[in-house]
Amino acid sequence: MTTALEVRMDVSGGAATLLLAGDVDRDAAAALDRAYSEAAAAGAASLTLDFAAVPYINSTGIALIVGLLGRARGAGVPVTARGLTDHYREIFEITRLSDFMTIEAGAPAPEGSTT
Amino acid sequence: MSSVAHSLRRIVSRGRTAPAVAASVGEPARAASPAPSPAPVDIAPNDPIIPYFQSAAGAVDIEALELESPALESMRAAGVKLVVPLVTQGELIGLLNLGPRLSDQEYSGDDRRLLESLAAQAAPAVRVGQLVREQEVEIRSRERLEQELAVARLIQQNFLPRTLPEAAGWSVAADYRPAREVGGDFYDFIDLPDGRLGIVVGDVTDKGVPAALVMAATRSVLRASAQRLLEPGAVLQRVNEHLVPDIPENMFVTCLYGVLELDTGRLVFANAGHNLPMVSSEGAVTELMARGMPLGLMPGMTYEETEAVLDPGAHLLLYSDGVTEAHDADREMFGGGRLSAVMSQAGARHGSALLRTLLAALAAFAAPGAEQEDDITLVAIRRESGSEALLAEFSVASEPGNEREAIRQLEPAFVAAGLPAARLERMKTAVAEAVMNAMEHGNGFRPEVPVDIRLVREGDALVVEVTDGGSARPMPEAPEPDIDAKLAGEQTPRGWGLFLIRNMVDEMDVSGDDEHHTTRLVMRLEGGRDDDRA
Repeated sequence: MTTALEVRMDVSGGAATLLLAGDVDRDAAAALDRAYSEAAAAGAASLTLDFAAVPYINSTGIALIVGLLGRARGAGVPVTARGLTDHYREIFEITRLSDFMTIEAGAPAPEGSTT
Repeated sequence: MSSVAHSLRRIVSRGRTAPAVAASVGEPARAASPAPSPAPVDIAPNDPIIPYFQSAAGAVDIEALELESPALESMRAAGVKLVVPLVTQGELIGLLNLGPRLSDQEYSGDDRRLLESLAAQAAPAVRVGQLVREQEVEIRSRERLEQELAVARLIQQNFLPRTLPEAAGWSVAADYRPAREVGGDFYDFIDLPDGRLGIVVGDVTDKGVPAALVMAATRSVLRASAQRLLEPGAVLQRVNEHLVPDIPENMFVTCLYGVLELDTGRLVFANAGHNLPMVSSEGAVTELMARGMPLGLMPGMTYEETEAVLDPGAHLLLYSDGVTEAHDADREMFGGGRLSAVMSQAGARHGSALLRTLLAALAAFAAPGAEQEDDITLVAIRRESGSEALLAEFSVASEPGNEREAIRQLEPAFVAAGLPAARLERMKTAVAEAVMNAMEHGNGFRPEVPVDIRLVREGDALVVEVTDGGSARPMPEAPEPDIDAKLAGEQTPRGWGLFLIRNMVDEMDVSGDDEHHTTRLVMRLEGGRDDDRA
C-alpha cells in the first residue's frame, strides 16, 4: 500500500530537478534530505521538485518540504514544484507554501480525480 | 531505640501517650509501679501533680511531697516511693514509678542520679515509640477507610449494568464516574415485554458501604416491581413501601424511572425527587417535569406520571446531581443552564458521542486538578433519525502508516455515498491526519492501543469519528502553524495536522474525557467550496 520515497536527480545547466516517486511522509525524511544535499553539492542554482509520481503527502511530509524550502532559501536557491494534483496544490496554497515556491500548473490528473 | 522503649513500657505509665495527653487533652493518665503492687495509678488530667512532675528537676520523693492531689494519694496507697518524670522537649510523656528499695533502705543520692540519667535517655526513646505507635494506628484507620471505599465501589459496580441495551433505531450510552468517596449513584436498564425498555437513574444520599447497600436493595426491588407493574408511578410507589421500614435513618433515595416504547418513542416516567430529564430535539431543549417525594422517607407516597414522545433525532438525557453541582475554580456550579446549552448542540451525535461532549464540557468547567466532588452519572438515549446509517466501524493498531489502512477501508464507503472527487481527497487527508494524531499523540504509537474509527451518514453529510485510547494525555496544543515563522526557524516545521484537518472538512471538533479523545469530522456531500474550485 505505502511506497517508500525514491528520488532521482536530473541536473542540467545549473538547474536540478528532483523526481520524487512514492509517498512524502515520515519515511521520506532520509531520502529527501540526501537528495537535497546532492543537489546542493552539484551546485544547483535552482531546484524543481517533481511530484508527478507522488500519490500521498501528509502533514509530516509538508513539514519535510518546509524544511527543504528553508534550506534552499538560506542558500538563495529558488524552488519550483510541479506535477502536484489539484488536491495537493490546494494544500500547498492553504499552507502558503505556494507563497515561497513557484507552483507549475499542468498536473497530470490522477485516476479518479476531477479538475 | 524501640527495644528500650519496649522494655520501659512496663514500668512507665500504661496509657500510650497518657501523661502527655492527660496534661493537654484530658484523658485520665494511668501509671503503674513494678513492685510491690503493680496496681495502675489513675491521674486525672487536671490533677496538679501533672504540672508539678512536668517542671520537677529530677526524681520526686512521694513520701515527702506536699500537694493537694488525688493522684498523690493513690500513688502512696499503691506503695510508690519515688517518681522519676520522663520529660522530653518540655513535655511530660511518662513516669518511672518505684516502690521501696528491696533492701528496705532509702534511695541514695547515687540511686537518684542513676535513675535521672536513665530517665533523661529513656524519655526521648519512649516518645519515639509513642509516635511510631500513633502513626501505626493512623495508618491502620486510613487503610480501613480505603478498604471500606473499595468495598463500596465493588458493591456499586457489581450492580451497574455490564452491557447496554441494543435496540434498532436507538443509541443508548451510559457513564458512571464515582467520586473518591463513592456516593450512591446508580442506573439500570430493564428489558420489559412488548418492546419496552425500563430506564432507571437514582442517587442514594450518603456515601460508602451503607449507601451502596441501599442502592443494591433499591435496584433489586425496582427490577422485581418493574416486571409486575406497568405504570412507572406504581413501580416507584411499590419501591417506596419496601424501603421505608428498613432504610437507615437520614438516608433516602432519589430515583427516576421511565418506560420507553421503542417502536413509537413514547416515554412514560415517574420521578422520586430526582433531577428532571432533558430532551433535546432539533436544537430545542426541554426539561420534562414530574413530581414525587424521594424514596424511603414516608409511606403512602404517590408518584405523578408524565408522558413525552421522543421524535426521530431526539436525545433524552438522565443525570445525577454530581453533574449540575460540579463546581469551577470560583465555586460556581455547572448548573442546568450549561447542561442545557451543551444539549442544544447535541445535533446528530449518537448517545456515546453526546456523553463524551458532556464530559468534556464538565472537565473544561472544573477547577484544574480538583478532585471530583460527587458521583457523576449520565444516561443518554437517542432515537436515530431515518436519514442516518452506520457505514463503517473498525479499529486500526497504533503503528506508523496505519492511517493509510484507515483510508483504504473508508474510501469505498466515501465513494459509494457519492462524495465528489475533490471532497473525497480532502476527506482522505483529514481522516489520515486525524488517525495520525490519534496514533501518535493519543496512543503514543503503542500498537496494542487501537484507534477506533466510525463512519456515519447523517442526512447529507458524512461524519467520521476517530477515537484514541489516550488515557488522560492532554492533546498537545500546537500553535497555529505560520510558514513565515517556520521558514525563519522560529517554529518547528511540523504541527500541520490539526490545521490541515480544519481546512479540509466542513466541521471539525475534538472532545475528550479521561480515557479517550474523539475527533469528529463532518463533510457534506455537496458544498460551495467544490464549485468555487471547479
